[in-house]
Amino acid sequence: MDAYSLSDLWSILVMQGFSGLSLFSVLLLMALGLAIIFGQMGVINMAHGEFMTIGAYTIYSFSKLTETYFPTLMPYYFIVAILGAFLIAFVVGYLVEYTLIRHLYKRPLDTLLATWGLSLIMQQLFRSAFGAREVSATLPDWLMGSWKPTPDIDIPLNGIFVMVMSILVTGAVVLFLFRSNWGLKVRATTQNRVMAGAVGINTKKIDRVTFAIGCGIAGVAGACFTTIASTGPTSGSLYIVDTFLVVVFGGSASLFGTVASAFSIAQAQSVLTFFLTNAMGKVVTLMTIITILMMRPEGLFRSKVRR
Amino acid sequence: MSNHLFSVSELDSGYGQSKVIHKLNLGIEKKEIVAIMGRNGMGKTTLFKTLMGIIPSMGGRIAVDGVQLDNLETYQRVERGLAYVPQGRMIFSNMTVLENIQTGLPASARGIVPEELYALFPVLFDMRARKGGNLSGGQQQQLAIARALATNPKVLLLDEPTEGIQPSIIKDIAKSLKEIRSLRDLTIVVSEQVLSFTMDIADRFFVIDKGRLLYEDVRANVNEKTINQYLSI
Repeated sequence: MDAYSLSDLWSILVMQGFSGLSLFSVLLLMALGLAIIFGQMGVINMAHGEFMTIGAYTIYSFSKLTETYFPTLMPYYFIVAILGAFLIAFVVGYLVEYTLIRHLYKRPLDTLLATWGLSLIMQQLFRSAFGAREVSATLPDWLMGSWKPTPDIDIPLNGIFVMVMSILVTGAVVLFLFRSNWGLKVRATTQNRVMAGAVGINTKKIDRVTFAIGCGIAGVAGACFTTIASTGPTSGSLYIVDTFLVVVFGGSASLFGTVASAFSIAQAQSVLTFFLTNAMGKVVTLMTIITILMMRPEGLFRSKVRR
Repeated sequence: MSNHLFSVSELDSGYGQSKVIHKLNLGIEKKEIVAIMGRNGMGKTTLFKTLMGIIPSMGGRIAVDGVQLDNLETYQRVERGLAYVPQGRMIFSNMTVLENIQTGLPASARGIVPEELYALFPVLFDMRARKGGNLSGGQQQQLAIARALATNPKVLLLDEPTEGIQPSIIKDIAKSLKEIRSLRDLTIVVSEQVLSFTMDIADRFFVIDKGRLLYEDVRANVNEKTINQYLSI
């Protein structure tokens, strides 16, 4: 570290901090969906990463279609494609809940195995449809290049875009959960399913829509993912462990905990992997999380109410 | 029995192979408050859960205002006029008082909390922004009743509403239930072990023992001694 001047260290810190913010944004987008599905509904969805891949492949497909048939629309396709990514992941999630998940509520081990099997099936479907090699969407010009606030600091525009998206989606999820009638029903159902039914809430419908929304958000995460990396059939599975880590570490019932957890894990990994190796950075992050979870098993944020 | 607002006929219920409720019949009039008495483990809570569809019945019929409920899901029974205050209150502890009450509104097709609920339970208005889990036991019971009333029911089922509540609050709850009955022409069914509470509010008494109806009579013919002989072990 002696080789770095103070100015170098500052630039490194800013850029690694920004790299951490980009990772934070992707983790947060992934974790928000899982925070709803696992944190709120208690469903261990091992196929959550594949819903992200659905979003990524949707962007790729939109990009190819626009490039081939409507090249003049290339600067705008991405926005429409994000909505498409949400909708397709939402619809697939809805069908998965209806055909598979709803039969497995209160059977966490069976859910874990079934969704793991589902993730393998989905990966094979991606392989059959798009090939085994990684693919990349053609990004519009406004997502390329970087912003240079000083000569030494280079901040990529796609990273800024992912951050803006994560802020928008987080805001939308918060508004949905805490300012809408649907959100009220979702929170009631996740807190006490039996009692929610006994106040007139159709809990099965809530489950289906909630699961689908969680999957839709994963689709948006996948859409953002395409701006920073290429997409392969197993891209989603690379993020699933980190995503569960974020939700569990944050406190599975707390949305704010998910945000705080995604931020701390992403920043820790980003800064540590620069000064240590990639593997050691992960090891130190994991050890810290395990230690904290041993002291606070409910995660960073737990509810403080009489039960 | 079909003339009753709330009728239960030949109801069987239980858990798995074990039958808890045996061929139970109840007929309850509009605006009537009835008390279902019985010792612990005699099937009162199982009966209420079966009426709400939380536990599937093994046979028999349940009807509110002539509408058969036995094949409906819990939320559909609420839409057709049944409301439930469970034993232990089961309020949504992480949600505010206002949100707890609002959970019942969609079933009633009303958008806002009726003023009369706050008039019945003023403490809930004062504490509407507080989390339900941070209320005292008595306040939680009032919230659970307000939440059930928000669904605009025809029949209100209360399972052991005085459990763990201090005597002064029990009197308030009794007063509120009588007010609600007059205000809304509501039929109220209370399961209880505390005799003084039911003697104060009930028009009719049912005693169940091992899931079977053992005794039934109107308040005028009932005194504490009559009921106590069925409740003593």
